[in-house]
Amino acid sequence: MSETEEMGETVAIESLPLDAWHRARGARMVEFAGYHMPIQYDGIMAEHLWTRDNAGLFDVSHMGQLVFSGEGAAEALEALVPGDISALKPGRMRYSLLLADDGGILDDLMITNTGHGLYMVVNGAVKWDDIAHLREHLPDEIEMNLLDEQALLALQGPKAAAALAALGVVPEFPDILPVDRLVFMQAGPYLWGDVRLGISRSGYTGEDGFEISVPASDVAAFADALCAQDAVKPIGLGARDSLRLEAGLPLYGHDLDEGIDPVEGDLAFAISKRRREEGGFPGAARILGHLADGSPRKRVGLTIDGKMPVREGAKIFDGNSEVGVVTSGGFAPSVGAPIAMGYVPTGLSEPGTALAAEVRGKRVAVTVTPMPFVPHRYVRKQGG
Amino acid sequence: MPRFYTEEHEWIDVDGDVATVGITDFAQGQLGDIVFVEVPDTGAELSKGGDAAVVESVKAASDVYAPVDGTVTEGNGQLEEDPALVNSDPEGEGWFFRMTLSDKSQLDGLMNAQAYKDFIADL
Repeated sequence: MSETEEMGETVAIESLPLDAWHRARGARMVEFAGYHMPIQYDGIMAEHLWTRDNAGLFDVSHMGQLVFSGEGAAEALEALVPGDISALKPGRMRYSLLLADDGGILDDLMITNTGHGLYMVVNGAVKWDDIAHLREHLPDEIEMNLLDEQALLALQGPKAAAALAALGVVPEFPDILPVDRLVFMQAGPYLWGDVRLGISRSGYTGEDGFEISVPASDVAAFADALCAQDAVKPIGLGARDSLRLEAGLPLYGHDLDEGIDPVEGDLAFAISKRRREEGGFPGAARILGHLADGSPRKRVGLTIDGKMPVREGAKIFDGNSEVGVVTSGGFAPSVGAPIAMGYVPTGLSEPGTALAAEVRGKRVAVTVTPMPFVPHRYVRKQGG
Repeated sequence: MPRFYTEEHEWIDVDGDVATVGITDFAQGQLGDIVFVEVPDTGAELSKGGDAAVVESVKAASDVYAPVDGTVTEGNGQLEEDPALVNSDPEGEGWFFRMTLSDKSQLDGLMNAQAYKDFIADL
């Protein structure tokens, strides 16, 4: 017993800035991406539904926050991702993909033009690999810094904007919009008292909401102030996963990996128009070929006949032929039924296609379905 | 009617040669919201420690093991419609299945209520 404990300590699982805060609020902690993370507080179902109706606060400080600076940083990054980064205006952000030489996806990420440089958020589980890849491939004159003194929160749900505005968060500069006037995929610098915040209107739940970069030293006070409001509750990783699945958003390491290219992953929107014309990103030949002629397989949504969840790893069949695999699946609280996503041959990817999935040796009828499963509620335009 | 417990967090109520099996309140609390339960078919032959049922929470599927050898006489059909019974009444209405006992001496290796309470206190 003591031996196991000692071994456990040598595999260092790190604690994030809000570790004690989560535990004090009754979170059940699990190891995820090398960190102790809250999987749930009250229960995944209640937290999921709370976020869809109110506002949920997620700690995503395990993700990597990187800043790139130096002349030509945008052009240099374009050698590694298929997005039009040089066209990104200050205060705007874009979803993109870090690509391997053969066009396989190394990670999915967000890039923001802060006006002073490029700010990137990458997945926690692969951030050290990403950093090594970026450093190896970027020219020496492009500086890359990991913001390891910054926590990252996501505030998601229909009451998120009001909750954030109620804290008295103000723009840092006169030309920056009030935080509740930002639209989806817009970002800026803000102040909460004298605490500097980087805020974007974005997230990964399908709801309206914000992602907030906060100095680690201030994050507990900031999270307390948010959760002091009736509309805001802390939400764990479990509900984060079920929310993003309903929103049709892929999770790296499950729905995306190095063997999958952007067209197969149904992420062709991340390949900007200019880049399609010019190429010049890793795997451009394969990816542009797939764009023109279709890819052999594609990520699709699946609805499930009956109540039995179909989970990651379940094989997909067309008649007696095994044709694909489920990459994410589970019970969808807002749908009230199991849902899944997975890969099937493009010829079988049309919505309405009837297939079957195998669970514990039994076949379950599944149907290809357009995603999202629950409509996105992003604020794309400010009224008035 | 004596109730026994396993280290895999099943309870077993014994009434003569027939037993009722479910998962404990501690187990349902660990699993969280139950969204699906697969109970064994009537007539299924179970062997102690082997797979008997599956319980699925939002997050994951977990196996429920047979606490003793025996034959299934009934699965709890109510769980098909209302799997959340396992959360609300795990040691009552949320029972999983009934079975005959092939070897009552296997009960000797199981815990009583106090022993199980001590067992989970140490987890």
